[in-house]
Amino acid sequence: MKENQSNTKYSAKTVLKTENLSIGYSSKKSQKIIAENIALNIIEGIFIGLVGINGSGKSTLLRSLTGLQELLSGSIYLEDENIKMLSSEILSKKISVVLTGQAISKNLSVSELVALGRQPYTNWLGKFTQEDIEIVINALKATELYELKNEKCHTLSDGQLQRVLIARALAQDTDIIILDEPTTHLDLHHKASILTLLKEICKTTKKTILFSTHDIELVLPLCDQIIVMHKKQALMDTPGNLISKGIFETLFPEDIIGFDALSKRFFLKNKN
Amino acid sequence: MIAAFLINISLGSVRIPLTEILKALTGSEASKQSWQYIIVDYRLPKAMTAVFAGSGLAVAGLMMQTLFKNPLAGPFVLGISSGASLGVALFILGGSALGLSATYLNGSWVTILAASLGSFLVLSIVILVAARVRDAMALLIIGLMFGSLTAALVSILAYFSPAEELQRYIFWSFGSLGDISWRGMGILSLCYFIGITLSFFTLKSLNSLLLGEYYAKTMGVQLKKSRFLIIIATSILAGSLTAFTGPIAFIGLAVPHLIRQWYNTANHWILMPACLLGGALLMLICDSIAQAPFSHFTLPINAITSLVGAPVVIWLLIRKKKLLF
Repeated sequence: MKENQSNTKYSAKTVLKTENLSIGYSSKKSQKIIAENIALNIIEGIFIGLVGINGSGKSTLLRSLTGLQELLSGSIYLEDENIKMLSSEILSKKISVVLTGQAISKNLSVSELVALGRQPYTNWLGKFTQEDIEIVINALKATELYELKNEKCHTLSDGQLQRVLIARALAQDTDIIILDEPTTHLDLHHKASILTLLKEICKTTKKTILFSTHDIELVLPLCDQIIVMHKKQALMDTPGNLISKGIFETLFPEDIIGFDALSKRFFLKNKN
Repeated sequence: MIAAFLINISLGSVRIPLTEILKALTGSEASKQSWQYIIVDYRLPKAMTAVFAGSGLAVAGLMMQTLFKNPLAGPFVLGISSGASLGVALFILGGSALGLSATYLNGSWVTILAASLGSFLVLSIVILVAARVRDAMALLIIGLMFGSLTAALVSILAYFSPAEELQRYIFWSFGSLGDISWRGMGILSLCYFIGITLSFFTLKSLNSLLLGEYYAKTMGVQLKKSRFLIIIATSILAGSLTAFTGPIAFIGLAVPHLIRQWYNTANHWILMPACLLGGALLMLICDSIAQAPFSHFTLPINAITSLVGAPVVIWLLIRKKKLLF
């Protein structure tokens, strides 16, 4: 099953689909639309980056897709089911998340935190089967954390902690992993190692990985697909197509930042 | 634990030899009728109340600290003790204003009833609000506001009350583990076991809540349902205990911290049983200290819990230099 990676792009099934989706915030008096008419079609086993400037709605979109935020209108389908109809128990076996900036308890050990990923599968006593234990150990090994498994999370560096959170999502064993800015606050070396780890996971496990990021140049060569959020729209295509369409030239204020399609790099426009 | 229990029973204003205590506890008659009476009808229920109060409040405090992700939360943040205080204050202090003479209100049952009604009332308001509020932090602040409101009402009542009734109210607010009949013990232990059983059902979601509400939800926790269960369990424990013993301070706040420092973990499957045991033990020790030094007096238990507990927590924090939560 896991070997037919190469032909997934042609025969792969859709795992996540949005129809006419509008996201944002609503109160009794008013609605604030962050993005609208979003039509995404995400197939299984691909590596997708979500880019856009601050405030373009990356986090809002990810929260909406994971059922953490109410939709303004439209619908999201997981395989063929509307996620509105799915309970959080069922949803937790389909989508796992890695969030940034959450106040998590760092008094847990690495293995305890990763083991929390098995919660959707355990009974009310949280009892672990042999299979649960093996999955946790595999998640620790895949993220190169096995040697650190008894360390407390408060002793870890930011990069290691990010790995722990990714390992927890892996242990949750879902078809889709969604990550909100997994590379923020990390230096270039750790950014690269997190991204290659995610790419590796995507390749070997055939999981669909969707992550938001500001490191556009870094992820362009890695991603199968990119979602660009710009001017209340979300556009999804392959990196190559997006570049030839000239999307990245318009992403930032055009008089300040330009994009060189040949080197696939942004550059500052010198006004003098 | 058993030793602390026995020591607790052996201490009191009448000195009774340990062998006689064991005799009385195991069912055979002690050599003096009065000793038998003191042990079975006074000291045994008091020691059992200490165990219930210590463990129940510690567990309630643990649940609140995790739910609110706030190390300053305790079993009373939802306004349970302030509700009870208001109820008792209304009966004791407001009784005379309504023309009831204080003698009608002497029975401890009336105080218990007043405390239960008061805490039930405030709690139902807080729970109603909890259903409307999404944010746990807002709930915490609402609980604190209710505390301030009832405290203000109590001080207005106190201002217009005669000194004698004021003293009775103050004595109640000191907390007391004694004076509980066996019938009262029956009700208290029923509430205690329901509360503890419910709290064991919350352990799994408490562990996911360690990562915050967003993560908990994506791990299949039904936030509203588990928050409600946690609040109900806490209310039953803290509410019934406050009704019978008065507002016992400090245990619910401090024991979870002590246990966390001691075991150095955040895993509730370890913390919860440890809090049960540690809370009971600390309460028995505090109650023994309250009995021991001047054999004819019993010091207010509230003063002792803080006198013993606060330095321990401070010492632990200074030694470890870090409050891990």
